[in-house]
Amino acid sequence: MNLTFSPEEQAFREEVRRFLADALPSELRERVRLGRHLRADDHIRWQNILSDQGWLAANWPVEHGGPGWGPVQRHIFDEECAAAHAPTVVPFGVNMVAPVIMKFGSVEQQQHYLPRILNNQDWWCQGYSEPGAGSDLAGLSTRAVLDGDHYIVNGQKTWTTLGQHANMMFCLVRTDPNAKKQAGISFLLMDMQTPGITVRPIITLDGAHEVNEVFLDNVRVPVENRVGEEGQGWTCAKFLLTHERTGIAGLGHAKQALRHLKSLASRMQHRGKPLLSLPSFRQRVVKAELELMALEVTNLRVIAAARDGGVPGAESSLLKVRGSELRQEISELTRRALGPAALPFFPEFLQGDESLDDEYAQGAAASAQYFNRRKLSIYGGANEIQKSIVAKTILGM
Amino acid sequence: MDFALTDEQRMLEETLTRLVADQVTPEQRRAMLEAPAQGASPLWRTFAELGLLHMPFSEDTGGLGGDGTDVMIIMQALGRGLVPEAYLFGLVMPGQLLALCANSAQQERWLDPLLEGEHQLALAWQEHTARYDAFGISTQASQQDGQWQLNGRKDVVMNLGSAAATLVTAQLPTGKLGVFIVPANTQGVTLQTYRTMDEQPAGDLTLNSVALPLENCLSEDVSDALAEVLALGRAALCAEAIGAMETACDQTLAYLKERKQFGLPLATFQSLQHRMVDMHLHLEQSRSMAILAATSLSLPADERDYKIAAAKAYCGESARFIAEQAIQLHGGMGMTEECYVAHYAKHLVMFDHYLGDSDYHLETVSEQLDAA
Repeated sequence: MNLTFSPEEQAFREEVRRFLADALPSELRERVRLGRHLRADDHIRWQNILSDQGWLAANWPVEHGGPGWGPVQRHIFDEECAAAHAPTVVPFGVNMVAPVIMKFGSVEQQQHYLPRILNNQDWWCQGYSEPGAGSDLAGLSTRAVLDGDHYIVNGQKTWTTLGQHANMMFCLVRTDPNAKKQAGISFLLMDMQTPGITVRPIITLDGAHEVNEVFLDNVRVPVENRVGEEGQGWTCAKFLLTHERTGIAGLGHAKQALRHLKSLASRMQHRGKPLLSLPSFRQRVVKAELELMALEVTNLRVIAAARDGGVPGAESSLLKVRGSELRQEISELTRRALGPAALPFFPEFLQGDESLDDEYAQGAAASAQYFNRRKLSIYGGANEIQKSIVAKTILGM
Repeated sequence: MDFALTDEQRMLEETLTRLVADQVTPEQRRAMLEAPAQGASPLWRTFAELGLLHMPFSEDTGGLGGDGTDVMIIMQALGRGLVPEAYLFGLVMPGQLLALCANSAQQERWLDPLLEGEHQLALAWQEHTARYDAFGISTQASQQDGQWQLNGRKDVVMNLGSAAATLVTAQLPTGKLGVFIVPANTQGVTLQTYRTMDEQPAGDLTLNSVALPLENCLSEDVSDALAEVLALGRAALCAEAIGAMETACDQTLAYLKERKQFGLPLATFQSLQHRMVDMHLHLEQSRSMAILAATSLSLPADERDYKIAAAKAYCGESARFIAEQAIQLHGGMGMTEECYVAHYAKHLVMFDHYLGDSDYHLETVSEQLDAA
């Protein structure tokens, strides 16, 4: 066994680093570094740069316009992007609906949607959760009734991330209320301009507008916008979730956040000495460092298995649980590191273009991010759901 | 980056797994623990036939040139069966120290028979007053009348009673740390032997004006070699703990599936499922750390010691967690001598006391944190 990257992989890392140093606009890098919210234009700007480079669709095979990277290269790319403070690619199109369209979609759907995702023409959002169906996703009740060559859709979706910018939504709907829970679900693609769709913001406890409610009132969706067969939606959804959970450990982000924490705690003073030398604080940083080391090797084990032909399975649940816990702990320590400076809240600075004195700018996002990061153990299947998945699929309980 | 085993390593793993399953059942293990220690056990002779005694040593000292992964495979298999043989403490650690610092005559006298299974050794590095620190010890050695004279006391020396000789560290007048080979029955040496909480043979060694010929000094500056041997020992212990954690998890899971309460198998209760998953998460994260340790042995000393300290600290805490959960999930049965998982739990808790506990190793990580 060895944990070192091959010379080719190291050369690839250098190539990614050079690209990021040259191509990532400094305004974007600063916005991400300071934890300020990205505007729609910011996302599009960066994704166009990646698209021009041929690196937007990191997970795609070459025949659809992907770079043909393996799991190791994708891991290196993610890690370097996080280290360089590059904006995160909005995943709903390129990483979520695209694999479903490739796997289950018709040739027409592939030819129409995939190029539009590649060149950022469409902004996709996800219509999965409902007020009555969270962790129990298959309990969804949004109803689609066939009417000629259209489905008429009625219901409500929620937690629709960045839906306020989206022009397309992929949606799980119930087409057969009499079938068994999972069997009556279909996977539909909707144009957000269709009459009857209303998007309302949900403001989260950090003051951010990241998620939305989407109301569907007699929305007419052409039958050709269904992906796969009627009643096959759950198969699509499960396939998508395995993709969603790959890389969900957020290891690159955890590494970057821990570097930031150590640097911050070395600068912050406690009785004339760096905070990082305060034993109780330092101990928690050391524990986070250990957890990160373990998580990094576990992640490499999963990547190596995927490289050698394995499918990401329940191990990704393990990474999700421990990765989210670690990122939450780091966000907790980062907030604490600021001391009283964690108290002032400057939403205009975080959301808009306003400037702020440097003494506050550097830590302005810490408390908000702490609250924002609570989502990590809730979304993508709450950590308790992940544990139940491991209990069932790995331990056979 | 590669986590796959070579064909030879896979064969080694399969052979050992079968051997342990066949020859170290709970009853056989009990019998082995109760058998009087007289020379090599049948199992030790099998180890010799399989080449295990040669495996961790370099080819130029007569070994098979196995690396950290080979040691990990062996230790993990031994841990799965809680095999009561002093493979690490009686062979690997004293043998490596001999290989690193003894001259050829000393190696011929002490290392060659060790590899042939003709005797076992012990390494006495630990003293209560220095706790887990191998270097701040008080045992003294000085030369008088063309001989070395040793005075001091070594504590919790593993495999002491079965060792043909013990490698003893001592402070020299030069301020350096030396290491001496002290044959059993040397005049001035007193042994008090006992078993540890987890049933391993150990003892204390008192050295009262022990006179040794000059050639019994293996090195007058052993610090680097000792650090290397301790690093190897810690990585090996992590691997052994992974094996024991696997068995503790397997037995607990089997018990949850079989034991019924309120008319249902315990495995159907969600709170118990999640506890079981937490054990599994600790195991897999610790396995990653044990792999990190096993693959760090040939790194430069600072980096090696940082990573191995991290691994030992991490595994120490996970091992205790798994042990406590295993007892809890077995309910009252987990409290009994008769319940096999209790023996694993004892080893997994006491594991933290061998070669430095989590507090000791966390301090090492903490001291080097910024450099990391």
